[in-house]
Amino acid sequence: MKPQRIFAIIERDMRKFLRSPALMMSSMIFPLMQLIVLGYAFGGKIKGIKIAVVDDDRTVYSRDLRERFGAIVAGPQTMQVENYNSVSDAIVDLRAGFVRAVVYIPVDYSRRVDQGNRPRIAFIEDNTDNFVTSEILGRMQDLVKDINQGLNPFQPGQRLTVPLPRLNPLVDLEVVELYPYIEYIKYLLSGSIAMSVFIVAMIGGGITFIDDKSRGLHEGYLVTPITKSELILGLIFSGAIKGLMAGTTITIIGGLIAGIDRLWDPVRLLYLMAVLATTSVAMISFMFLLMVRVSDPLVPRAMFGVLNTLLYFPSGAIYPVEGFPVWLRWISYIDPFTYAVHALKALLLKNAGFSAIYSDILILSGFSAVLVILSVAFFKRQI
Amino acid sequence: MNATNHNAIEVTKLKKQFGDFVAVKEVSFTVETGEIFGLLGPNGAGKTTLIRMMTTLTPPTSGTAEVGGHDVVSDADGVRHAIGVIPQALTSDPELTARENMMIHAKLYGLTSAQRTQLIPQLLESVGLSEFTDKLVGSFSGGMRRRLEIARGLVHSPKIMFLDEPTTGLDPVSRTAVWEMITKLKESAGLTILLTTHYMDEADKLCDRIAIVDHGQLVALDTPTKLKDSVPAADVVEAEFDNPPADWDTTLGKLSGVASVADHDGIRHISTTSGPVTVRELMDMARDRGVNVRRVSVQGTTLDNVFLYYTGRQLRDAASDTVKRDMSHLYK
Repeated sequence: MKPQRIFAIIERDMRKFLRSPALMMSSMIFPLMQLIVLGYAFGGKIKGIKIAVVDDDRTVYSRDLRERFGAIVAGPQTMQVENYNSVSDAIVDLRAGFVRAVVYIPVDYSRRVDQGNRPRIAFIEDNTDNFVTSEILGRMQDLVKDINQGLNPFQPGQRLTVPLPRLNPLVDLEVVELYPYIEYIKYLLSGSIAMSVFIVAMIGGGITFIDDKSRGLHEGYLVTPITKSELILGLIFSGAIKGLMAGTTITIIGGLIAGIDRLWDPVRLLYLMAVLATTSVAMISFMFLLMVRVSDPLVPRAMFGVLNTLLYFPSGAIYPVEGFPVWLRWISYIDPFTYAVHALKALLLKNAGFSAIYSDILILSGFSAVLVILSVAFFKRQI
Repeated sequence: MNATNHNAIEVTKLKKQFGDFVAVKEVSFTVETGEIFGLLGPNGAGKTTLIRMMTTLTPPTSGTAEVGGHDVVSDADGVRHAIGVIPQALTSDPELTARENMMIHAKLYGLTSAQRTQLIPQLLESVGLSEFTDKLVGSFSGGMRRRLEIARGLVHSPKIMFLDEPTTGLDPVSRTAVWEMITKLKESAGLTILLTTHYMDEADKLCDRIAIVDHGQLVALDTPTKLKDSVPAADVVEAEFDNPPADWDTTLGKLSGVASVADHDGIRHISTTSGPVTVRELMDMARDRGVNVRRVSVQGTTLDNVFLYYTGRQLRDAASDTVKRDMSHLYK
């Protein structure tokens, strides 16, 4: 054994490492980014959950209740309150995912308070997201407990002229879960489906594309009369077909594993395919734009981990976006994963209709259109 | 446009600059319809850059090039339809079969299904790959891939073929096979062929005319024979004698056309304008003086001599001092 030869190999590897920005990036930036993104993406204080309040009682009592919500909005900011006039409207929006819970104060609330006859408040929750649900439910239970214990009953409603009578029996919070219990595996499934599309985009649109380019295979195509747009659209659609195939496969296998109800519902499968198709086009065009000027085959490999962290975790796939700090929310707004995950959750967990997903499909399509145009603009047809 | 009324390729003051480095310096030449035209030069001489400009892959910095009557800049699409290009790198898809590779290209050129089913087996047959039609290209040898790429480049019946170092990296048998194909193409299809090479024998054997390229410039352009004739004192006669007299070297030096005589371990290397004349006179002289000639041979002018004469360097030397520059612009 000769130390000189060992040192020669060490020298060779160190020189190569220090000269490769892609390797340096993946080895140093990636862990830091994962620390920051994951650190803030998990377990943040959930804020700004939209809830609908329907007050059919419209008395001083119900106003007192609403003002207590106001205190939560102003204080810990857990929720944002939207007032609705009818329960059915509120529930339509709840099912579509525009609000996460509906608080219903029934018409006989004040009468029952006065009669001491078990006044009830209904809390109808979208229980597809356990993190969000437990946060708002906790707030609601605290609020009802405050009323029942008579703690500062006048505090939020100082202007009340009628003193609240002693409530006996106490106010009941009736919790209605909109959906059957959702295990975390079902919650995660949407993210995994989006991830399968991302991996196809990353391998097909990133790694294979750059490998073919560096092997010189592209030169064989560039000497033919094919135009830039034809080439790019061809590559994007082929990537999208692959993404759709992977996404559909994972939807079915993952759906079976997670035990999604009525998986074979043809209408829902159709909607799922529509979401997967637009997601695939969006992801592959995103990847294509990132790679349009890259020629080093190490770059897409090094970016794989970084992009995975940067796109998957801020999407709300594993923890609700409402728990993110502002900067992370901004990433989630421009992240195609977010819209894919939102639409897939609406379909798989809530069995929602087209009204719940059309905005995601529109956003993903618009996003793709912009990316394709930019890709064509930046693509160099020449060598 | 009828290309037969034109030169197949007309290059006028074509220049390509990468940053500070001028890869091609205002080169002009014409390639006649139906000839095999060779660009001969070492690595880094600018051959590939020239070919890439003529095949619309790289925009020229200045100057013009017309290929098949189409300008490479203003009518790039016209050029692309008229030419078949075999780039230096192996560009066939290893993950596809021979037929699939052909099929994809045929579709890119807009061939109909009927044309494809008729033409593809013919072309594969002509390059001797019929039995490998449905084999993955990944399993092919370098020579087979090259032949497939030549067939692929012919799928749209181009008028002009560009082959960038078609035999680099191939074994001698594959090289010969590729040479035969190129010659056959010219004869049977009346193609105009422009190829680059850094092999002297290849240029000599294949080309009707050769342009010697060095440092981005054309230093000579003519038929191989005329190029060789243009080099003075280019034959070398090697002779070995039994017990030559002391003044023998001086005597040899006086034979007609002889430029110099050098003695390498008893073997005389005689540089002369004409090998055969010198040998005849040498044999006469030896008989007259009673010197026994043990061995004599003539090395005719090669393109190596031509290259040496025009560039002042051996081809292999030129290759080594340009290779660094070559790399620097490739990785820009």
